Amino acid sequence: MTTEGPRILVIDDEAQIRRFLTSSLTAHGYRVQAEETGQAGLRETPVFHPDLILLDLSLPDRDGVEVLRELREWSSTPVIVLSVREREEDKIAALDAGADDYLTKPFSMGELLARLRVALRHSARTESEPVITSGALVIDLSRRQVTRAGREVSLTPTEWQIVRILASHAGRVVTHRQLLREVWGPQFEAETHYLRVFLSGLRRKLEDDPTRPRYFLTEPGVGYRFAEDA
Amino acid sequence: MAEDKRPDPEKLLQQIQKSARGRLTVFLGPAAGVGKTYAMLLAAREAQGEGREVVLGWVETHGRPETEALLGGLEQFPPREVEYQGTRLREMDLLGLLARHPQLALVDELAHTNAPGSVHAKRYQDVEDLLAAGTDVFTTVNIQHLESLNDVVAQITGVVVRETVPDRVVGVADEVRLIDLSPDQLIQRLQEGKVYIPAQAQRALHSFFRPGNLNALRELALRHTAETVDAQLGDYMREHGIEGPWPVKERVLVCVGPSPFSADLVRMGRRMASRLRADLIAVSVETRVPLTPEARARLTANMHLAEQLGAETATLYGDHVAPTLADYARSRNVTQIVIGQPLHSRLRDLLRPSPVDSLIRLSTGISVHVIPSPARSKPHRPRPARPPWPLRAILEPLFSVALVSAFCYALSPYLTAVERNLIFLLPVLLSAVRLGRGPAILAAVGGTLALDFLFVPPLYHFSVSDVSYVFTLLMFLAVGLIISTLAARLREEAQAAKDREARTHALYRLGRSITATSSPEDTAQVVAAEVCELFHAETVALLPREDGQLRLSGAAACEGGEAETAAPAVTPEFFDENERATATWVYDHQEPAGAGSDTLAGASAYYVPLRTADHTWGVLGLHRPAPRAALTTDEQHMLEALAGLAGLALERMHLAAEARRAEVFSSAEQFRQTLLDSVSHDLRTPLAAVIGAATSYLEAAEVYDAAGVRGLLETIRDQATLMNDLIEKMLDMARVESGTLAPSLDWCDLQDLVGATLARADLADRAVRADLPPDLPLVRGDFVLLQRVLSNLLDNAVKYSPPGSPVEIFARVVGPEVEIAVQDRGPGIPPEERELVFDKFYRVKTSGDPGGTGLGLSICRGLVEAHGGRIWVEDAAGGGARVVFTLPLTAHQPGPAPETLAEESSP
Repeated sequence: MTTEGPRILVIDDEAQIRRFLTSSLTAHGYRVQAEETGQAGLRETPVFHPDLILLDLSLPDRDGVEVLRELREWSSTPVIVLSVREREEDKIAALDAGADDYLTKPFSMGELLARLRVALRHSARTESEPVITSGALVIDLSRRQVTRAGREVSLTPTEWQIVRILASHAGRVVTHRQLLREVWGPQFEAETHYLRVFLSGLRRKLEDDPTRPRYFLTEPGVGYRFAEDA
Repeated sequence: MAEDKRPDPEKLLQQIQKSARGRLTVFLGPAAGVGKTYAMLLAAREAQGEGREVVLGWVETHGRPETEALLGGLEQFPPREVEYQGTRLREMDLLGLLARHPQLALVDELAHTNAPGSVHAKRYQDVEDLLAAGTDVFTTVNIQHLESLNDVVAQITGVVVRETVPDRVVGVADEVRLIDLSPDQLIQRLQEGKVYIPAQAQRALHSFFRPGNLNALRELALRHTAETVDAQLGDYMREHGIEGPWPVKERVLVCVGPSPFSADLVRMGRRMASRLRADLIAVSVETRVPLTPEARARLTANMHLAEQLGAETATLYGDHVAPTLADYARSRNVTQIVIGQPLHSRLRDLLRPSPVDSLIRLSTGISVHVIPSPARSKPHRPRPARPPWPLRAILEPLFSVALVSAFCYALSPYLTAVERNLIFLLPVLLSAVRLGRGPAILAAVGGTLALDFLFVPPLYHFSVSDVSYVFTLLMFLAVGLIISTLAARLREEAQAAKDREARTHALYRLGRSITATSSPEDTAQVVAAEVCELFHAETVALLPREDGQLRLSGAAACEGGEAETAAPAVTPEFFDENERATATWVYDHQEPAGAGSDTLAGASAYYVPLRTADHTWGVLGLHRPAPRAALTTDEQHMLEALAGLAGLALERMHLAAEARRAEVFSSAEQFRQTLLDSVSHDLRTPLAAVIGAATSYLEAAEVYDAAGVRGLLETIRDQATLMNDLIEKMLDMARVESGTLAPSLDWCDLQDLVGATLARADLADRAVRADLPPDLPLVRGDFVLLQRVLSNLLDNAVKYSPPGSPVEIFARVVGPEVEIAVQDRGPGIPPEERELVFDKFYRVKTSGDPGGTGLGLSICRGLVEAHGGRIWVEDAAGGGARVVFTLPLTAHQPGPAPETLAEESSP
């Protein structure tokens, strides 16, 4: 066990999952503490000072989303939700409550490790980097410029807004509601078809094959994710 | 002989019913004041002494101290107070008593008429309810209140008793106790003031209490009791198979007409039937001769009386009374016929045999009792209602005679007398056919006069000098009478045929329209509309809800004969809470009630149960304005027939629903079985691999090198993934099956949908070509569910086609839909299996198990149909399977998104 590895707090009521996560994550160089209840998790957070929290939604004492909300009142520690709940409403609720990512059980270890890295990198970044690169795409936030394979692509103001928001959350899901609220305003939160139209346009401008997007990924029923270089 | 000893099955049945019912004990007295109530109370105390639970439902002590002394220690049930026209009346609380349900209830004065607004019109009906509920009843009644003896008592005493009790009520009593007192003693009691007499009836009743009257009443009571005892003895002998001289089963038929005398006939028939221990049938014959409304009402009343007296009633249709009656009597094995002798003139009897004579001639082997009607009552032959002559009936014959006269006058040089006479016959014929007897006579007389005046010398003078013209007049009259009679008969026959046809037609039509209905509510509405049209009445039809409460399911009101069906939601004005209560009573008791009947007559509509042999399926209510509120016997029978028909239809529907439920249940059962089989197979197979791989490593870790361990772990991962996939599909299937699947509709970009699906699909390195036109409109759908459809189809395409072969996705707009197709280059699906593949757990038989669950396509169908689309399988051009599904396009596309404020526009 190295002392330098990031600290992960696991809150899950299933002993099997706690055991498997503890051994796997420890093997990958993380320092892990596992708690069974939401209450214990909240209590241990200020003590253990985790760099990231893996949170199950079905906890014996209280609902995971509630735990998340309470945690967000005083902590900005990144949280990845792990749950067997696969309904989109659950995912949206967790993301809107402040989760950084959402992974449905069962999941592969590789997937979890990738999401962990993304979330940790974001929290480590103190100020947003002005230039985000993903494959052939370079997004310069300060200059408000997008180049694809070295050629500048001209975007409408709305398209730029969407690209900016997704790129600054690179690797993480942005829900429809978050996007709509930031781009058009709170009163347009339900108008998801705006996004369909603009994302379709963006993909035609920025993707090699709009049918198989590489950068602007759809999270079905939840939102979009900008894929950054792994 | 052995057969004779066998107990009558009907009797046995009655015996069983009797044991479930409460026992009725009647304390019968010849007159008021003999001590019936006293005797009843004594018996009640005795019963209580034996440990039975006794409640006094209603007891009249009339303040007699010795009677009141007996009340002590018995539970008195509080009476119900009824407000009627400003006075407070106290009545027995029937509903309370039914709820209290004692073992034995005492109900005094069986013949009492209840206050308006009570459940029943008569107290004996209350008693019948109590008995039906299993409560034993003690009751009292005087002999003069028995319906069949009503007229006899009136003859003897000169006092007509209004409150009567049908004989059957006392007839079914398990025990009749005669309370006897000699007339002298009774008169003495009366003088001592021990007999209660209402003040206003003092004088009448004093003349009633004469020794002669009392003796006659006493004899009646004794005789009645003796008959009852005799009948009970007979029952006993039959029940116990005691050999005896069994009389032939008698059946008495009484012929009922509209005359008031018929009521006496009915009573006579009842007495005869009782003495003979016979069934009583009352029939009326409808001939072509129409009845006046008054006569119709009297006939209805007479038939009603017959029903009251326990007779079976029937209405026969026929041209002639005698043969119709004789045929019916023979068909029903009637042994005695009671008929009244109508008063006819001797002359008429000579000309035409009276129906009575014909009946006697036709009814060989049946005793016919001809009862002469009392002289005071006028013969009440049904007379056709004679409408006043319309002006037309006078003017038309006269005008036609004038016309003919003018014609003949103008042509007189060319016409012989014979031809002229024949021409003058024309107005007579025409008037007879068109207008009837009177106008024909008018035309005959007018024609003869015109002939005489215009053509017979001396011209322009009325002189019947020639005898042959008297003969002409007589001929004219004869022709006129014969033709008019024939025409009238034809018209009446046509009318009768029309009425009969209307009835048959109504039944037929109802039968047919009911067949076309698919739900009980439909049926209720149709029945309400048909009955409304037929009876010209506002109708309601009520069906029971699941909780047994009646719900208004059909209503119709008539505007000018045409039924106007109201939506069931619209409650007709007359149908208030009171009506609902009446309908509920009818539903519970399976008997008609309401306006025009004895039960709950306060209701404004007449209600019949829609019943079949063993169940009531609903209630039909008929509301007509006052003058026609009560139904005739005929109408009642018609309504019963219709109600029966409706009941059958409702029963049919109920049985069909039952059968459907059973079918659904069995298919659910089958699904469960298949699911269990599938779960045990499809889940255990990967589990076996997982457990096998894990245990082989744990139990002998040393034999595996790094590659071996990796192989085991890969097996575990792949099999567990497979299981996860199966569980996901089963959950989807369960959601589709449970019918709780509600797609959350949103605007979906098909290109995005295909992209997102391809990004997640396990395509095993297949080349997937997506051919989507760039201008595809947005569709309304649940992105996630549609993705699942597409991913299932892709999954199948990959599984059922050779490795390396391409998979293609197409989309195009076809009319009001978008068509999305997924096709492979595999072997395709044989035509006969193209529907089957959508069944749960169906797998296309192929060489080598591609490892499908058999759920994918049936999930797809459920999901697509939940979106309002269709899905099917066809041949792909160039070989392979092609699964196509459609999604409806909405009429309008969403408005374009507004550009955001240019505060952060790109440079």
